[in-house]
Order: sequence, then C-alpha cells, then structure tokens
Amino acid sequence: MLDAKIPSGPLEQKWGNYKGHCKLVNPANKRKIEVIIVGTGLAGASAAASLGELGYKVKAFCFQDSPRRAHSIAAQGGINAAKNYQNDGDSIYRLFYDTIKGGDYRAREGNVHRLAEVSANIIDQCVAQGVPFAREYGGLLSNRSFGGTQVQRTFYAAGQTGQQLLIGAYQALERQVALGNVKMYTRHEMLEIVKIDGKARGIICRNLINGELERHFGHAVLLCSGGYGNVFYLSTNAMGCNTTAIWKSHKAGAYFGNPCFTQIHPTCIPVSGDHQSKLTLMSESLRNDGRIWVPKKQGDNRKPGDIPEDERDYYLERRYPAFGNLVPRDVASRAAKERCDAGYGVGSSKQAVYLDYAVAIERYGKIEAGKQGKENVSAEEIIAMGKDVVKEKYGNLFDMYEKITGENPYEVPMRIYPAVHYTMGGLWVDYELMTTIPGLYCLGEANFSDHGANRLGASALMQGLADGYFVVPYTIGNYLADDIRTASIPTSHPAFEAAENAVKERINTMMSIKGSQTVESLHKRLGKIMWDKCGMARNAEGLKKAIAEIQQLKKEFWSDLKIPGGINEMNPELDKAGRVADFIELGELMCLDALNREESCGGHFREEHQTEEGEALRHDDKFMYVAAWEYKADHEWQLHKEVLEYEEVKPSQRSYK
Amino acid sequence: MEHYNMNLTLKVWRQSSKQDSGRFETYPVKNISSEMSFLEMFDVLNEELIRDGKDPIAFDHDCREGICGMCSMVIDGKPHGPWKANTVCQLHMRAYNDGDTIVIEPWRANAFPVLKDLVVDRSSFDRIIQAGGYISVNTGNAVDANALPIEKDKADASFAAAACIGCGACVAACKNSSAMLFLSAKVSHLALLPQGSPERKTRVMNMVAQMDKEGFGGCTNTGACEATCPKEISLSNIARLNQEYLLASLTSE
Ligand SMILES: Cc1cc2nc3c(=O)[nH]c(=O)nc-3n(C[C@H](O)[C@H](O)[C@H](O)COP(=O)(O)OP(=O)(O)OC[C@H]3O[C@@H](n4cnc5c(N)ncnc54)[C@H](O)[C@@H]3O)c2cc1C
Ligand code: SF4
Ligand code: FES
Repeated sequence: MLDAKIPSGPLEQKWGNYKGHCKLVNPANKRKIEVIIVGTGLAGASAAASLGELGYKVKAFCFQDSPRRAHSIAAQGGINAAKNYQNDGDSIYRLFYDTIKGGDYRAREGNVHRLAEVSANIIDQCVAQGVPFAREYGGLLSNRSFGGTQVQRTFYAAGQTGQQLLIGAYQALERQVALGNVKMYTRHEMLEIVKIDGKARGIICRNLINGELERHFGHAVLLCSGGYGNVFYLSTNAMGCNTTAIWKSHKAGAYFGNPCFTQIHPTCIPVSGDHQSKLTLMSESLRNDGRIWVPKKQGDNRKPGDIPEDERDYYLERRYPAFGNLVPRDVASRAAKERCDAGYGVGSSKQAVYLDYAVAIERYGKIEAGKQGKENVSAEEIIAMGKDVVKEKYGNLFDMYEKITGENPYEVPMRIYPAVHYTMGGLWVDYELMTTIPGLYCLGEANFSDHGANRLGASALMQGLADGYFVVPYTIGNYLADDIRTASIPTSHPAFEAAENAVKERINTMMSIKGSQTVESLHKRLGKIMWDKCGMARNAEGLKKAIAEIQQLKKEFWSDLKIPGGINEMNPELDKAGRVADFIELGELMCLDALNREESCGGHFREEHQTEEGEALRHDDKFMYVAAWEYKADHEWQLHKEVLEYEEVKPSQRSYK
Repeated sequence: MEHYNMNLTLKVWRQSSKQDSGRFETYPVKNISSEMSFLEMFDVLNEELIRDGKDPIAFDHDCREGICGMCSMVIDGKPHGPWKANTVCQLHMRAYNDGDTIVIEPWRANAFPVLKDLVVDRSSFDRIIQAGGYISVNTGNAVDANALPIEKDKADASFAAAACIGCGACVAACKNSSAMLFLSAKVSHLALLPQGSPERKTRVMNMVAQMDKEGFGGCTNTGACEATCPKEISLSNIARLNQEYLLASLTSE
C-alpha cells in the first residue's frame, strides 16, 4: 500500500501541525550530515542554499557550466502567490482551490494547500534577496493575471521572472559555497544512484570535462533535475533537459507517478522546418492582452491584415466566454489543435493560429493618452503610445519572436502553435517529498506532486521554490534525525563499486556498438512517435502502436548507434546518448500510463473519452488515483494506486465557460 | 519574409583539449535554410561530421533562447555574431547570403581557458559572485515583501542590470579581457536596492579583488563590451561601480 503520509487534521492545520511535531536535528549533528543535491535550478539551488544555511554539509551537482544556467532561467511569465495585494478576493484557499481545479482533480489536497500556504513567504524571501520584481509607481509590487484564474496574483520581472528568481537562488547558493557549506560540482552528470541497506546513500556521476566517473556519498540524496519534456524531442525545454537522474532512480526502486501527464503549452512559435532543434515559448502572460483567432473560412490565404473583423473567429472567446483567452493551457491547446485539424490553421504550414495585439495596443494607447491628459490625439500617436506600453510589458518576448521569425509582432499578429512544455508527472513522492526509496527525495518539476493532470501558469516556479526553501528543510530533518549515528560511508563500499561498474559497462556498451545511426536521428524518431501518438490527443490503438514502435527503436538504439570520440574526454554526443537511452524507456512507460488511464483529464486527452462538446471527460469512479509505476524488468511495470481523497473540494466537471 | 537556401564555408577553431594548441579547420556546409538558427546550422554540420566518422565540433549551448548565457562563439571577430543585442543561439541564418565565409572562434581570455573547440571554462565568473555578489539573508528571515517600497525607477534600473546572463561576451570583446561590465552589472543590481545597501562596501571591494585575482584585465573605457552585450548592459554601470569602489576605499581605514 502506498502511504502518502499526509498529516491528519483539518486541511489548513496539516502543515502547521507537521512542522510543530516533526523531528529535528541539532546544529552540532547537522555538521556531520552530508546531503547530495542533484540539480541546481530553482528547486535545487533553493534547497542547497537553505540546507547549507542550516549547517548541513551539502554537495550540489549540475551538468551546465554554472548553476545559474539551469532551465529555470528561461521561465518568463511569473510566479503565483496568495498575497492578495490587489484586494481582488485572493486568499490561500482560493490559490489552493484554483490549483486543484486547474489540475482537474488529480492532485493531493494536503500538498496543494501547503503550497498555497508557503507561497507568500517565497515572495518575501525573494524580495529580501534582491529579486527586482516589477513595481508600481508607488513603489509596491505589481501583479498580472495568468490562465485559469480570475484574480491577479502573479508576480513578475518583465518577461524574465525565472531568470531573476534563479539568480536570487544562485546567489544564495554561491554565498554558501563561499562559506564552505556547499560544494558545487558543475559540468557533472549523475548517472546512477547508490543504495545501501535499501537507503539512498550516494550517486555515481561523470565529470563531463574529462569523462571520469566519480563516487559521492550522502546521508540523503535530493533529486532536483527538472522536467522530461525532451522525450518529445521538440519542446520548450533547454537542449540538455533530461530524465536520467530520475529514470535511473526509478529503475533502482523509486515509483514513477503519472508519467503520461504532460503539459502542451498553447502559445509557442511554430515549427519552421526539419532542422528545428527546439521550440520557443511565448509566455502565457501574452494571453492577458493578446487575442487569439483564425479565419472563419477554411484555407484562407489572405494576409491577416486583409481579413476583416467579421471574418475572424476568436474561437476561445466564442467557446469560453467566462475565461476567454485566459482558459487553462490544456483547454487552449486543444482548441488550437481542433481549429488547425479542421483546416482553419494559418501560415505556410497551416499549423498555427494568430495571437493578435492590435486591440491591446490601441487600448493601452488610449489609456496612456488619458494619463498624460492629451486630447485630440491622432490614431497614429495612440498606436505609438500603445506600442510603448506593450514594449515595456512584453518587449523581450516580442524581440525574441522577431529574431526567430523575422516578422515584427508590433505590426503583424504572431503565429503560434502548442508545444510540449512541462511534465506534471515525475517521481512519486509522499507529503515529505520522499520517494519510495528511503532517503531519496525529489523536488521541483522532477517530482509528480502538486499539479495533478494540468499545471496552472506561474505555479511551477512557486512549487520549485516552495519545495526547496520551505518544505524540504523541515521534512529532511524528520528523516535525518534518525541517522545522526550513521558515520559517512566510505565510497570504497561494494555498493559504490557495483554502481560504478554498471555505469562503466553501460558506457562501454554504447561506445562499442559503432553502428550507423546518430543519437540525434534516433531521438527525433522517438519524438515523432511520442508527439503523434502520446501528444495532445491519444487513443488506445495509437498508444499500443507507439509502444511497439518504441520497443523497436530501443532495439535499433542498442544495435546500430553511432557515437564519435572517446570516453575519457569531453564528448557531448556520449552525454546525449545516455539521455536518449533513458528517454526511450520512459517513452514506453508514458504510453503505458496513457493507455491505462481510460479517461480524459487535464493535459491527458483520450479521444474515446470526451463530452459531446469535445471537452475532457473524467471518470472519477475509476481513476481518482495517482498511478505510481514500479519498475520490474525491461518493458515490465507494476501499477500501484494512491487513491485521492477529497475532503475539502467537491470534484466537478471543470468549466471555464 | 522570403526564405532561401545557401551554401557556406565555415572556418572553425578546433582544439582537442586545454593542452592542445589548436588550429582553424575549414568546412563547407550546403543547403542551409535562412530559417535555421546559427546553432542549428552547427547541428547539421555535426551530424555530417559524425556520419563521416569525424569528431563533431564541441560548443556550449542549452536554452537556445538567449537567456541561459551558455552559448559563446566569436563570429567574424564579434562575440555572439553580427546582430545587435543578441546571443549566438538567437542569430538566424537570414543574416547570411549564399557563398559567405564565416570564421568561428571561442571566447578568448586568460581567465576563460578553452576546454575543447569552442567550449571555454567560465567558472571564474562564479567565483566573482562568491566573493560578494549576493545579499546575506538566510531563508526565513524576510519581512513582508511590500513592507519596503522601492521607487519604480530604481527597481527598473536594478532589473536592467540584473538582466546580465553571465555569458562573458563582454570579456571576449574587450582588448584587455576586462570583466568590468559583468561585475558592474552585479554591483549595480544590488547597490540600487535598499536591501543591498548594508553590504555595499565589502561587496564591491571583495568582488573587484577576486576579479583581479582571476586574471581579468583592467578597464580602459573603450566600450566594446557594451556594444557586444546581448542584454545591452549599460556602460553607466561601470561608472557606478567606480563610484562604489571609490566610496568604499575612501571610507575604509
Ligand atoms: C520556456 C519556459 C518558460 C516557463 N515559464 C514559467 C513561468 O512563467 N512560470 C512558472 O511557474 N513556470 C514556468 N516554467 C516552468 C518552470 O520554469 C520549470 O518547471 C521550473 O523552473 C523547473 O525547475 P527545477 O528546479 O525543477 O528544474 P530545472 O531548472 O530544469 O533544473 C534542473 C537542474 O538539474 C540539473 N540536472 C538535470 N539532470 C541532471 C543529472 N543527470 N545530473 C546532474 N544534474 C542534472 C540541471 O543541470 C539543472 O541544474 C517555464 C518553463 C519553460 C521551459
Ligand atoms: S554584461 Fe552582457 S556580455 Fe557581459 S556577461 Fe553580462 S550579459 Fe554577457
Ligand atoms: S543557449 Fe542559452 S543563451 Fe544561448
């Protein structure tokens, strides 16, 4: 039986009670305890800094050349917090409720409530660190709205919120490095977890500069390695984002929660050709002001400016009048796909819809003219003023769009299409963020925890920082308090030896195949299978086919792979090969999970299960559970169910109409 | 925007390791679409090299959207290439025409040793931050975020400095290999905020000392850094840094 260890008692008292009663480690003992942290994005850097401050001996690892480059840096739009600074009816309860509803009733109430409770502390902490959030003229913090909510609770720093938050956490981390509490290993990749007597006790990693394998001991290990969206090859993730750390741990006994729950983000720059290596997000905040439309006529080839107002279909406003362009991501993405599949798509590929700023520019221009007390302003002046306002709010995003497409979004509507963006699935963790391997924790996007079947915008940054700053510093003490008598285990222990040998053998095997297919070409093929059959819409037949195709791909990988160069040197192709090998296995599990979940919920849309209007149809009687998969053998998993109990919220069909 | 294809000649710096002395090698690339990014062109070339049994060109990159600061190539003498306010990962091939020859090198600076081909070691930047690029506040110590209003123009200026992505192009562009623009961006980010005030003096002194220790050169105000910076970090930050430094040295004993 899976025990999530959710504290008893009323929802709003659970976390307080937990903190009041969990075990503590005294300062003298903390100095003797070593903690390994894999990944230094928002989750890992915040955890490393906070645990270092508490006095633990921390070793942190990342594969980039600096912790400041983790993919959290790319988050654009903002971070949610229940501050209610706008006096617009926000509260901890409402943030909790929106998140549960947005997740289509597939998240744990206890976890989500805790997340909402600590959200306000995150903003306080970040401001204290010097994170320069956007401010109003009165000097107070500014907020914007985001999809799936009706209040303004999103804090932001232009379109670079993730960058500013990560720099805050990175600086806190580097301060601990300077103080000697954290030792940072950059250009290092974790390739195996080490277990001793059933507990996580260390990792094997590879130094990416010289290829050497290293053993590192820890009383506990925290995985903060980010999301696995790159299983689709094309996604908004950075090129290096991978599943290796959590996948290796999964194979060593950590259950994988809801692997098929993937978020497809509605507003990304469309694919331009076969050379495409990644996709670029246009922040959801753009939906605040932009209007999404397609022509009313199929295959309309006119330029957008030549299509008159009454021949445009603002399909989100039409279908969802209450939320309009601000429906949650899963709903917006499917609606775009529906229009394009029906032949209304735009651009040369016809796989795109318009995101139009003309009305917003005019509106802001008028407001600005009013503010400046100007009368008789010409239409051109209004547009010019409006453009300036839009530039201040979204300038970096508009610039990015122009650099990539060569088109000026201040003049012509942007073309956008959904793309893989975020993975709600991840290692299963209990309330304390511990996986099913004792002493192995998982934080941030890498775990499955708080977003159910769909994540709301601006909630991932919140979750990563909540986990690292405010949750794990408490919950890890509860475990380590029983470990204060365990002396550091020398890495000559046979378990380290065996783990290192397994890694060595895997690398040698890959290098000695000397076949004909490149890592990149195999990864592309995996991505295509996943996108076509386990993407925005899924069905049983397709998923079964996908599993067979992935198994075939795996055979080709291990018999016909071609990796240049050597092992004991910098070899990016070898790094990539290891990651793709793990993606292939994960892809199979994702399809299996999608096949098992015979309902539609959030980002998981099974074509066989939809309402007459084409909305997702949940089956709460059969699937109100977290699917936690246990790895048994090659192609073989056992399903464990964590039944979700809703004490506070009554699950209903989500409606954004 | 019309799309077109082109054939190009690339002259690329190859260096197998820190110890190797390195050399240029020439590679023809064919049928490059104007819609590709510069790094996607490198992907195409590398796939070809691998298929031909040759060693692909190592280069740093991750986000490919101009924010992580990982990518780093000097293209025809310009760090990050010909476009203004741009990183190389966002440079697109419509910047080039059929038949062009392009020369590609790594960042060159004593404080950034080459690890392989176009990959350099920038850990000196992290050590500069360790010397004081932070506000000393432990988790849990914060007061309510709105307890301390900050003038919007100060907050905006602080943000503009904090937008630095730590790429190192400023160093690569500078004939003295000075890290002053990078350093000044961090000092400004924190000095402009009231939260950063208590540690102002020690911060600037320690960070400058660390910069010197890492072997970066001095600043002679040529402005090449500002011109090349993908985030348009302003030279005025260096002026502020100098002020801060002066103030700190005058008031310390
Ligand atoms: C383009 C984009 C925009 C986004 N915008 C927003 C937004 O506006 N608001 C919001 O809330 N969320 C947003 N998100 C989501 C959010 O940014 C991420 O979910 C979150 O930042 C993930 O943080 P993390 O710390 O879990 O992982 P990451 O930041 O991805 O960090 C992963 C870390 O793990 C390391 N690592 C990985 N594997 C290994 C290994 N095997 N060995 C060693 N180290 C390893 C990496 O080096 C890195 O340090 C956005 C995401 C993207 C892609
Ligand atoms: S100042 Fe500009 S060029 Fe220098 S590191 Fe920062 S972003 Fe790069
Ligand atoms: S790859 Fe991230 S900035 Fe260029």
